[in-house]
Formats: sequence, C-alpha cells, structure tokens
Amino acid sequence: MGTRIGNRTLQFEKPIAIRSWATVAGRKEGQGKLGRQYDFVIEHNQFGEKSWERAEQKMQQYALELALEKAHLYGHQLDYFLGGDLLNQIVATSYTARALGAPYFGLYGACSSLAESMILGSCLLDGGFGRLAAVCTSSHHDAAERQLRYPTEMGVQRTLSAQWTVTGSGAYILDQGHGSWQITQAVPGKIVDRGISNSSDMGSAMAAAAVDTISTWLADTGGLHQLDYIVTGDLGKIGYEICKNELTAQGYDIAGKYFDCGMQVYHEEDQDVHAGGSGCGCSAVVLGAKYLPMMAEKQHCRLLLVGTGALLSPLTVQQGETIPGIAHGVLIEYRQEGL
Amino acid sequence: MEHHLEHSIQHREKRLRHLQEMDKSTMEQMLQDLREEHQHLVAMEAHSVDGAEQGYYQQLLEQNEDQSLMVQKEIDTRYQKQIKTVTPKAPLIKNIGRAFLVGGLICAFGQLIINAVMLQYGLDVKEASPFASITIVIITAILTGIGVYDEIGRYGGAGSMVPISGFANSVVSAALEFKREGMIYGIGAKIFQIAGPVILYGMLASVLIGLIYYVLGGV
Repeated sequence: MGTRIGNRTLQFEKPIAIRSWATVAGRKEGQGKLGRQYDFVIEHNQFGEKSWERAEQKMQQYALELALEKAHLYGHQLDYFLGGDLLNQIVATSYTARALGAPYFGLYGACSSLAESMILGSCLLDGGFGRLAAVCTSSHHDAAERQLRYPTEMGVQRTLSAQWTVTGSGAYILDQGHGSWQITQAVPGKIVDRGISNSSDMGSAMAAAAVDTISTWLADTGGLHQLDYIVTGDLGKIGYEICKNELTAQGYDIAGKYFDCGMQVYHEEDQDVHAGGSGCGCSAVVLGAKYLPMMAEKQHCRLLLVGTGALLSPLTVQQGETIPGIAHGVLIEYRQEGL
Repeated sequence: MEHHLEHSIQHREKRLRHLQEMDKSTMEQMLQDLREEHQHLVAMEAHSVDGAEQGYYQQLLEQNEDQSLMVQKEIDTRYQKQIKTVTPKAPLIKNIGRAFLVGGLICAFGQLIINAVMLQYGLDVKEASPFASITIVIITAILTGIGVYDEIGRYGGAGSMVPISGFANSVVSAALEFKREGMIYGIGAKIFQIAGPVILYGMLASVLIGLIYYVLGGV
C-alpha cells in the first residue's frame, strides 16, 4: 500500500510503469515545434469524419490503439480505462471506451484531466485492483471553439492573453510492473480561485493552482535538488510568468528547470496563437512527444508533471462567476535499463 | 502481413452472409477480432511510408469498420426487439382528445374576439383577426409568467402548442429561463431558441408561396 508524505503527497509502493504511449496531433500542431515527434498527424482536422466531435473521438482511438500496439496489448486486456476531454459530458472519451470494451472511468478535470487520470489510474494499480490501465485525453480546437466560444468561421479578434486549444490526443499505458518510466509520487490538486472571471485569460486563473501544487510537493518532499524538470500543462506565456515569479518569490530556485507544455506546441511568431496552446490534448501530446523521450537522454531523470485545469463552463462565465483553477502533480522518474 | 489481414477481412465477409444465424457469443468474438484487427491496421497506417500504402490501409480500415457496424447492428436489432415488448405505448386517443379540446377552446376564443371586434367596430375579417392574435399572445405571456401555461401545455399537448399561444409561450419561457445569463448572451441570444425555426422557415415558406402565387399570375 502507498503512503502519504507531508501534507498531501502520495508515495506509491509498487512501481507504476508507463509502458508505452502514443500521440496524435492536428494539422496545425503538425506544423508546429514538435511536428515530427508525433506518432500520427492528421491531414485535416475533420479526419474524414462528419463532425469535429467524431474527429476528436477518432484521434483518441488512434492514440490508444497505437499505444496498445506498442505495448503488444489489446483493449480487452486492460483492467481500466481512464480519461476525459473537453466536450460536454466528456463524450469523446465515452465513445472511445465503447470501442475499447474495458472498465471505464470518465473524468473531468478540464485540461488537468491527463494528470488526474494518471493519478487515479496509478492508485488503482497500486491498490492491487488490476495490472494494466490506459489513460487517454484529447481536445479538438474546432469542437472546443464552437462549444465554448464562437462558431469556427466567425471573424473575431482574439485577445493577447487567449490560448489556442490544441487538436490532439495522447494515450498512455500504465503497467503495475517494472519499466524505465515510472510514476512514483503524486500530488492531488486543490481548487484555487483568485477571482479571475475573464475566460480569455485562463493561464492566470490556473497559475495560482499550479503554484499551490508545486510548492506543496516541494515542501512535502524537499526534493527540488533531485528534480530535473517541472512541467506545467497549459499555463501559456502569461500563466508561466506568474507561476515562475511566485515560486521564485517563495525562495525556490527553479531557473532552467521549469517549462510549460502550452509553450512547446506552436511556433509563437508564425502560428498566431497568442499566449500558447491549451486543452486536454496539450499536455497529453507534449508529454509523450517531447518530455518522456527527453528524459531518456539522462541515466536518471525526475520530472514533475503538473496538469492544470480551468474548471469553468460557458454558463458560469455568462453568469459572471469566477474561474476555479486546479493543478494535479505527477512525479515521473526515468531510470536507464539495468540501473 | 498486409495480405494476411486483407485475407482475413475477405474471409469474414463470407461468414457475415450468415450473420442472422450466428449466436451472440460468436458475434461478440467476431467484434473482438475486429477490434484487434483495427488496432493493427491503425498502426500500419501510422507507419506507412507513402500515400499509396496509407490509402491501402485506410481502405482496409473502412472495410473493418463496416463489418464491425454490421455485427453490432445485428446484436442491437435482437436487443431492440425485446424493448418493444416492454415499452408502454403513449395513450394516443386520449392525447388526441385533449389536444382537440384545448386547441379547439383556444381557437374558439380567438373566433369570439374576431366576431366581437367585427360587430363592435364594423371591421372586416382581415382587419379584425390581428385583435385575436394580439389578445391571445398577451394572455399567454401573462399565463407563462405566472406559471400556469406549462400546466395547460402538459394537459393539452399539441393542442396548446400549435395555435399562436404556443409561439408566445416558447418566446416568453426562453426569456424567463435565460435572464440569469444577462441581457445580451442570455435573453438576447436565447429568446428565439425555440421560436427561431418557426420564424426562419415561416418566412422562407411565405417567400416560396409568394413566388408560386406570382408565377401562376395571381397578381
């Protein structure tokens, strides 16, 4: 059984390996910074389907099937499938689960869904309730736009703090056994709401939650010197600056260690995305396409993934409510084979 | 490898001709095989070296998905046969009777107003009928506001929806519902949420009928 360290850090007893993973990205993302590192880049955001929503579901299915294929597994061998997306009632994930035929938990943590799924998946496996779990999240720019903001073809000028929802999906196979990449600790997030109600500035709304989660982990474990990377999900440029400044002000020297997935997807200058990428798919594709492979460049590497979510809805925005932010932390360790 | 999967798809195609005689466990096994095959095909599509190879796997994927759909549909059909036997039927005669009563009363009330206005002010039918529409709309708006019209609607069904009172009810109830989201994104954006289609297609239909009238030389 796992234990708790300090205030609220979970220490898993058994190693939870990330056995394989796969990423599927949209056209614009394919032209971005990580273009060649995705497993599959779709040529058109409709992906041969009749709706954006179906395209999103198909991306998830592809990501999941590619990850399963790499692990030499089939869907029906999975003990659990956990995941979420940004569509109303997380339908993309539920349809993927329908095609998969594994026990399923649909989770909604907005853009923190990947980290949330990883934590709960690891808890299930660490608790001995199974051996294999898949986690998968996705977002689709056009599906999210039409649901949360405006029709896709409407000519609007986006504010500079606005972020671009990533079209993409990432799937990860968790295995209760040994492997090079392992999830060893986790920090469940608390809601932090600093009274921001501007839905075009979600980075600022989530940054406070990210600071809370990161500083909690640092205080619980005192592990800053052992840490190689802190990677937040989708704070974007503005949220990144806020988070960096706050942690530095608290006395943590994170220079050169701290990155944000939202800033790794697009070429800022040419792709007109303002503050960076966002969405459930953002951390899902960047973690798999960039950071996990990057960890293997060292013999031993520790990365704290902090999935950040803005838990608002179009309805609460119109009713003038403020945005509750959340950040879930997952500590991933890489050890070269034989070490 | 590719020949192997293409062959298994063709082989399954032959088996699927006897789909209706298959038992459920055979079909479920087949679905599982199809899922595994789908996974391999997606991986092969992702690893394709050129467009032609990718196209080939996309085509096989399409066949695979069609076969899955076929099997799933057969399983669904058998299940849906059961549903019919246990689902209660809507009381058609009762509903029609109530709709006739409520709708008839509303229309009779309108006719009463028209006749009264014609008698009182010496107007013809064309001039008098707006009085009926306006009166019914106002009464419905008030009844909606004080929470009575939804009871009438529950009893009368289509009878309370089809006359102009139904139209007024759909506009006022939307305005009431969405005022929490503000004057612009709430009431402004949602007031015609239900009535919108009636307005759009009503206008289109009137243009169409006007054109026919014009072409047939009625002008």
